[in-house]
Amino acid sequence: MPPTIEVDDLRKWYGDVHAVDGVSFAVETGEFFGILGPNGAGKTTTLELIEGLREADSGEIRVFGEKPWPRNAKLLPRIGVQLQASAFFERLTAREQIRTFASLYGVPPKKADEWLGVVGLEDMADKRHEQLSGGQQQRLSIACALAHSPDLVYLDEPTSGLDPQARRNLWELLRGINDQGRTVVLTTHYLDEAESLCDRVAIMDHGKILELGPPASLVRDLDAPTRISIETGTISIEDAKALAADADVSDDEVSLTIATRTPAPVLSGLAERDALRGLSVRGGTLEDVFLNLTGREYRA
Amino acid sequence: MTGFVSLSQAMAKGFMRDKTALFFTILFPLMFLLLFGGLFKSSGADKTDVIQVGSVAAFDQIPASARGELDKVLAVTKSDNRDDALTQVRKGDADAVVEQQGGTVIVHYSAADPVKAGTVQGIMQAIVQQGNLTAAGVTTPAMVLQGQQVEDESLQPIQYMTPGLLGWAVASGAAFGAALTLVSWRQKKLLRRLRLSPVPLFSVISARVAVSIGIALVQAGIFIGIALLPYFGLHLSSDWWAFIPIMIAGTLAFLAIGLLAGAASKTPEAASAIANLVVLPMAFLSGAFFPLEGAPGWLQSLSNLLPMKHLVSSMQDVMVRGEGPASTLPAIGILLGFTVVVTGISALLFKWDDI
Repeated sequence: MPPTIEVDDLRKWYGDVHAVDGVSFAVETGEFFGILGPNGAGKTTTLELIEGLREADSGEIRVFGEKPWPRNAKLLPRIGVQLQASAFFERLTAREQIRTFASLYGVPPKKADEWLGVVGLEDMADKRHEQLSGGQQQRLSIACALAHSPDLVYLDEPTSGLDPQARRNLWELLRGINDQGRTVVLTTHYLDEAESLCDRVAIMDHGKILELGPPASLVRDLDAPTRISIETGTISIEDAKALAADADVSDDEVSLTIATRTPAPVLSGLAERDALRGLSVRGGTLEDVFLNLTGREYRA
Repeated sequence: MTGFVSLSQAMAKGFMRDKTALFFTILFPLMFLLLFGGLFKSSGADKTDVIQVGSVAAFDQIPASARGELDKVLAVTKSDNRDDALTQVRKGDADAVVEQQGGTVIVHYSAADPVKAGTVQGIMQAIVQQGNLTAAGVTTPAMVLQGQQVEDESLQPIQYMTPGLLGWAVASGAAFGAALTLVSWRQKKLLRRLRLSPVPLFSVISARVAVSIGIALVQAGIFIGIALLPYFGLHLSSDWWAFIPIMIAGTLAFLAIGLLAGAASKTPEAASAIANLVVLPMAFLSGAFFPLEGAPGWLQSLSNLLPMKHLVSSMQDVMVRGEGPASTLPAIGILLGFTVVVTGISALLFKWDDI
């Protein structure tokens, strides 16, 4: 089966700014694909090119084997879009919003109403969208994107601006969408989000894809040190350094942190000394991958 | 028709729940109608106030049949206090004081209002001569004067204002509706969301047109309904309904203006400022608020370039001047032509996105 999305050497520039600078990738059917990068990396432009909102300066895009630009009516019923800003009709209630969007695709109102239940907004059905919280608006926006049961869903930074609890709730919802067999393409500037949701992630910066693969293997390939932290004062810094040859020890007066690539002897050594109070073990993250790729700290 | 019905519903609901829009589209023009309709209502029949001091034989001798005619133009009150009566004339509270000393009828008047002064002298002159003729025994005068009224071409204020203000209200409702919808939908990314749905752009535009025409019809219903109340006393001509096609053509023309204002601006504030800048001066220059008959020639020629002038004067023609439906055809043609040109320009400026 051909990939759902194929992108080959895509370029888009605004004046001298290369917003998208030679991007190639493919998204398989049923995949949860993430485009990760800091603001201004070119994620949204890439997504807009694939959606067919903008014309590429060069390169090829195929979605379900079709070109998305110019506006391709064959493609539109098969894709669902959640845009960065919450694009709603003014002064309509949640139910009216979803019914209006559904009707644009010929979906009857009854069927549309079911989606409010899926995203957990039945109680809010008669509230106007302005009265919903940020998380509820995003849920409604996602419901509106899904109302016609598209095969492919684009989500542009769906959790930006939400509090941590609302983000986690939304993640559950997004996983569910993907579990039903839909292909999902998500842009995000949250590393943890990409790590937690995506089957594969493309890390973008300055319009280029720096790395592409499953988050776990990107982290594993990085060979980043494991960080083992315990409460300050449990053992001395000298003792900690003696636990492993490559141990890099730091103490911030709250926790003593040992960074090492050989965590096993360090952990057993700490256990022998009965020095496990406040233990936490943290492996490498996509943050480390980004740091390694760009030589700079990740700042969303 | 995909999406047309639901988009129209969404827009209509959004409009009806927007108190500001409702106020400016329906209530605000209505306030103008109530205000001007009430203010100018009594400007027509204004009698001349005369105070009669003491006995004036010329008045008292008038036969009852002639008295009725006289009462149409003169309001005579009697007073015994001569000084007080003269003071009233000086202050402008009364127009004249009439007294008789022997064979002389004296009229005291103020020159501040030459029209009233002339009127009262003319009337008194006639009364005195009538008295002299009677005294001379002339029963069959050599000449008689007969007054005959012609059809009044100048309109009563309410006749003029109802189509004028309605034309202005419909024009600004359409222009603001289109401008604000376009800009706020673009700003909120709703336009690009719609672009990514299978709904044709034509459906989106027709929905806006349908809602604006609906609003115009509601405006017209309320306007005419109120102006027809006996208090305001609007009289519609027989083919008054012919204003509906011309009003719809006007709605299209001003939707196009709003579309242009919306295409040219980035924020709703800018769009509404541009729409205001176009529509409000145009209302003054097009005779929507007051007649242009007394305006200088260059202004009248200028007004012929403005779509609102054609909208308003054509609506006046069929609603109150008694012209037939066919008289609206040139104006409808002009307005539709205007619509096509302006829509073409806004299509060139149109952007789906801010960026």
